[in-house]
Amino acid sequence: MTAYTDKIREIAKRLLAEKKVDMVIGFRKGSLPLLHQPCMATSPEAADELVWDSCCSLNLANYLTDRKERIGIVAKGCDSRNIVTHILENKIKREQLYIIGVPCTGMIDRHKICAMFDSEITAVKEEGDSLTVSGDGFSKTLSKPEMLRDNCAACTHRNPVLYDEMVAEPVSEQTGVDPYASVKKIEALSPAEKQAYFDDLISTCIRCYACRNACPLCYCPTCFVDESRPQWVGKSQDPVDVKTFHILRAYHCAGRCTDCGACEAACPMGIKVREFTKKLNKDCLELYGWEAGLTLKQRPPLDTFKPNDPEEFIIRI
Amino acid sequence: MKNLLEHTGIEPGRLHFSWVSSAESTKFVEVVKKITEEVKALNSNKAYAKTKPKVD
Repeated sequence: MTAYTDKIREIAKRLLAEKKVDMVIGFRKGSLPLLHQPCMATSPEAADELVWDSCCSLNLANYLTDRKERIGIVAKGCDSRNIVTHILENKIKREQLYIIGVPCTGMIDRHKICAMFDSEITAVKEEGDSLTVSGDGFSKTLSKPEMLRDNCAACTHRNPVLYDEMVAEPVSEQTGVDPYASVKKIEALSPAEKQAYFDDLISTCIRCYACRNACPLCYCPTCFVDESRPQWVGKSQDPVDVKTFHILRAYHCAGRCTDCGACEAACPMGIKVREFTKKLNKDCLELYGWEAGLTLKQRPPLDTFKPNDPEEFIIRI
Repeated sequence: MKNLLEHTGIEPGRLHFSWVSSAESTKFVEVVKKITEEVKALNSNKAYAKTKPKVD
């Protein structure tokens, strides 16, 4: 992974020195291990802070919304798909961007790793496919492929779909994985069981909106949850309000979600919020043959109309 | 819309969609009758009913 870091720094420095871009958006080591923070480097010296390893779970497309500068951006597969979505939704222009593509082998699930240890993890070191996590009085080596986030383990778009320069050769795409396995499991339940499943899933939600803030799709100037005139959804911890928030948030991502997992990575409670959006992704694939962010040439299914759109849900009398 | 709500536990048959033109008054009545009958048959769903917080 240090090879990626070196290459990213080299490209970033070159772009900034040649003044091709005003800033490079990438990751730097944050205050917490296992989750790097976004970084906007505006000078070649600042580009030395950029890093790349398996802790870059957040989605950098989130920081492009309505930017006016020329931007270099480090993008793994899912980030690049969200950049495509941003361009399609007129949130940024392709000409403003210099996309530094990173072939991705998956990001690690910090919730999974933290749950394995009783005390706090203070450092993590990565070498090839092994991760060494350590803290006060302990150190353990884990296998990275086993520690991947659920969405990464079942990812079929690891290489960037849109880029100006790649930091390495493309990695092979996974085959034989089923991104919708958990959705199918829930679909088989009865309505009462489904309800119980989702009630339990979000029972620990503290309404901090970290999932929304980390999401590159959530760029409304005023989010429906913050609006008070009219107040669309109750702001309390009442289970009904919490559930309403999660379902509505998912609907806003319909046909746009790339399953990047930034929402889950950001969640302080480790809630699997992707269970909501994944169902919509599956529907979009089955009903419209659509996966978000793969091409600039086609409009997303929810902003176009076709006479043969599926309409079984409409009552005919 | 229907799919995710039913995925999260709303019973099939509770949520209905239809197109009714402003000129189709009889169709509107029929649709409403059909929906009310089907929903009544499912009894009430309290999953989205908020209870008032108890204050001692």
